Amino acid sequence: MNVDITLKIAGEAGQGLQTMGQLLAKAFSRGGWHVFANQVLQSRIRGGHNWFQIRIADSPVLAHSDATDILIALDDESVYHTRELNESSIIIFDSSLITYNPERGLILDIPFEKTAKENGGNKLMGNAVALGAVLGILEYDINILFGLLRESFQDKNPEVVQANIQTAQAGYNLARLKIESKKFPRLNKTNGVPKMLMNGSETIALGALAAGCKFISAYPMSPSTGIMTYLASKAKEFNLIVEQSEDEIASINLALGASYAGVRAMTATSGGGFALMVEGLSLSGMTETPIVIVDAQRPGPATGLPTRTAQEDLEYVIYAGGGESPRAVVAPLTIEDAFYLTAKAFNLADKYQIPVIILSDQLLADSYVTVDSFDVESLKIERHILSDEELKNIKNYKRYQITDSGISPRALPGNPYGLVVADSDEHDEEGHITEDVDWTRPEMVKKRNRKTAGLLKEMSGPIRYGPPEAKNILVGWGSSYGALKEAVDILNSEKEKVSLAHFNQVWPLPKEYFDFLDTAEFVCVAENNFRGQFAHLIAGETGKVIQNRINKFNGLPFSAVEIVREYKKLKNSL
Amino acid sequence: MMLDLNSFGKFETAWCPGCGDFGILEALKDALVKLNLEPHKIVLVSGIGQAAKLPHYLYANVFNGLHGRAIPAATGIKMANNKLEVLVTSGDGDIYGEGGNHLIHAIRRNINITVIVHNNQVYALTKGQASPTSDLGYVTKVQPQGVIDEPIHPLTMSIALGAGFVARGFAGDKEHLSLMIQEGVKHRGLAVIDVLQWCVTFNKKNNFAWYKKRIYKLGPEYDSSDKTKALEKSLEWGDRIPLGIIYKNGRPSFEEAYGLPKDKALVNEEIEPGKVSLALKEFL
Repeated sequence: MNVDITLKIAGEAGQGLQTMGQLLAKAFSRGGWHVFANQVLQSRIRGGHNWFQIRIADSPVLAHSDATDILIALDDESVYHTRELNESSIIIFDSSLITYNPERGLILDIPFEKTAKENGGNKLMGNAVALGAVLGILEYDINILFGLLRESFQDKNPEVVQANIQTAQAGYNLARLKIESKKFPRLNKTNGVPKMLMNGSETIALGALAAGCKFISAYPMSPSTGIMTYLASKAKEFNLIVEQSEDEIASINLALGASYAGVRAMTATSGGGFALMVEGLSLSGMTETPIVIVDAQRPGPATGLPTRTAQEDLEYVIYAGGGESPRAVVAPLTIEDAFYLTAKAFNLADKYQIPVIILSDQLLADSYVTVDSFDVESLKIERHILSDEELKNIKNYKRYQITDSGISPRALPGNPYGLVVADSDEHDEEGHITEDVDWTRPEMVKKRNRKTAGLLKEMSGPIRYGPPEAKNILVGWGSSYGALKEAVDILNSEKEKVSLAHFNQVWPLPKEYFDFLDTAEFVCVAENNFRGQFAHLIAGETGKVIQNRINKFNGLPFSAVEIVREYKKLKNSL
Repeated sequence: MMLDLNSFGKFETAWCPGCGDFGILEALKDALVKLNLEPHKIVLVSGIGQAAKLPHYLYANVFNGLHGRAIPAATGIKMANNKLEVLVTSGDGDIYGEGGNHLIHAIRRNINITVIVHNNQVYALTKGQASPTSDLGYVTKVQPQGVIDEPIHPLTMSIALGAGFVARGFAGDKEHLSLMIQEGVKHRGLAVIDVLQWCVTFNKKNNFAWYKKRIYKLGPEYDSSDKTKALEKSLEWGDRIPLGIIYKNGRPSFEEAYGLPKDKALVNEEIEPGKVSLALKEFL
């Protein structure tokens, strides 16, 4: 990479960090640059210390960097980021508003509010001055920012737009005057055609729309709410029902009702809400009603850290629920992957008539990344529902007919040829309550669980990255892919031959996907949790115990540099 | 197709001989015949309890879900296919206890379903504990000193929450109960029908004779559109217990308020994944 710059906006909630961050990130994605942006937030509406970091590069980036090249400091607590600065970093702040004496880097003291006022704006437009200054440092095309300002203030009067543009230009000019040396690569040329900038909540929602999802019922819970919010904005256009329910128990039961009646349905929540859904999950298993459930993980237990990230719910979502029935669990690697995996989740749910869980997390849900395009055409919607023609030829329709695959032919209520009876009690082939323990009960248990055999064949193996002959292997799953992939690059550049085996389909787990462990010399599993849940799962499913673990559980995502450091520690301790 | 009671079949039940549930089942069948609803056009939704087994005892589509969760499941079914006639039949423990929160919000939502509550003031399937509607002082093995919690007043609560149709029937008066169910189904919006029902095995206090002595039917002079009077009437309990449509109004149903098309069910709507390509452009 010739260009790899990290911008960070740090300040209190309520200071406009998110708006500034999104505008900046989009300014660069429109210029064709690759962007990865993530936010670290406290669960509050005002105050605290939050930051929005944007990494800009000339080739794809999927994780944040530990270093900060340009810091916009909006509060005194921004001093926290001093450790991320180096000698060439630039710190932009207004000394009339905050006190900050960074030990290193170059200070760009700009009176945000004063500049705004002098250039036809008001003090609220100080942020536009700061944005302009960042672009000035990089000699970036400020017209792209002007375009974004016009779009985001299009509901306001033209004077407001003009004032924002003038103040941004003033910030740009000030920075150009004060920064003479070419500290950074100049970004005055675009890096190709504009790219889409999207977060994981949006790609999951878009994946659901592409899969023909017609129904979502959910209860707002960070960090899952963005899915429902995006779908609500598209409800009219896509003929979709978005229902904010009274609690998560209602969410899943509403969705199961809708699915029983024949539409593709989903719900989304985080760990605490998932707990309330567990009986419903079990109901999906018993009544063989398809459903897609998103668990956007946050650190727990209980309420935990609502706006931070974790991979702590893996074992929970695999084992939750009374009784035994199959389910599938997918864990997107990237924001882009979330789109395709969501579409796959709906097909699996319909084909096997099971619950499918998408394990997202705050990192995936709230981060923004650039995406070139999605291959919408490649997605197939496979419903596996009997047509009226097919039903006509079935003499005595049985919803839970015993079959070799364990999958029974699915009809929808309302058809004139066969009644559709579903029951949370143990039931006979027609769906009616039964307590026949001699034949029906054991046959139904076997039928339901036979579906696992088919399901195992549907699960894709790990994404392999790095030199295929490497005997050192880093193992991961889900959203940590970006950091782990980059760690592999760094290690290999330092002559340490390492490859990555990263899973995005984590249950059920075919044993053969772990054959690589037999020839490996050093294996290490990295996860955003304390106990090493994926390592446990591997041990349980394959009998292969991996002792080397990298576990991070403070609520923040891995960085590549951190993985490299921990990897070396483990390797050197051998 | 001409329907009669036989169209809905005859099934062996798990109910005690003499149970009030039989009366409710017969009244429901009668109402369905009179409404000319063929079995495949109906979905009966229930939770758990003896009452919740009712859907297994007549021909219809059935979703017998979780304890307390009949109303959300029924709501989801109706949202997905508004061509289906969706009725909930479950007990007082299921709807007023375990599922109380769902009833509250279903009333606010006002989707066009009919909720029939078999209210025998006792938990019978778990062998005789107090229910949310058990009278004060009612003695059980778990409440040996007698019930000390104020009973739920389901009709008062429903009216207060803004329900558009609130009625009470009696399992021992099939003709009247059938009428209540027919009116409930015809009502556009959520209909709550509380059905007084005796329990031959566990409720020795509120038995058939106890109800028979107290119930009376509201006459034509009663104005069911007067909310204040209805609230007063709904609290009448003791020596005299009123049956009939206690309260009725014409507030818009969920379907009307949400703007769902009347002529097309969500399940039959086109799926247009191609539109996603247009939505993606907004991210540039």
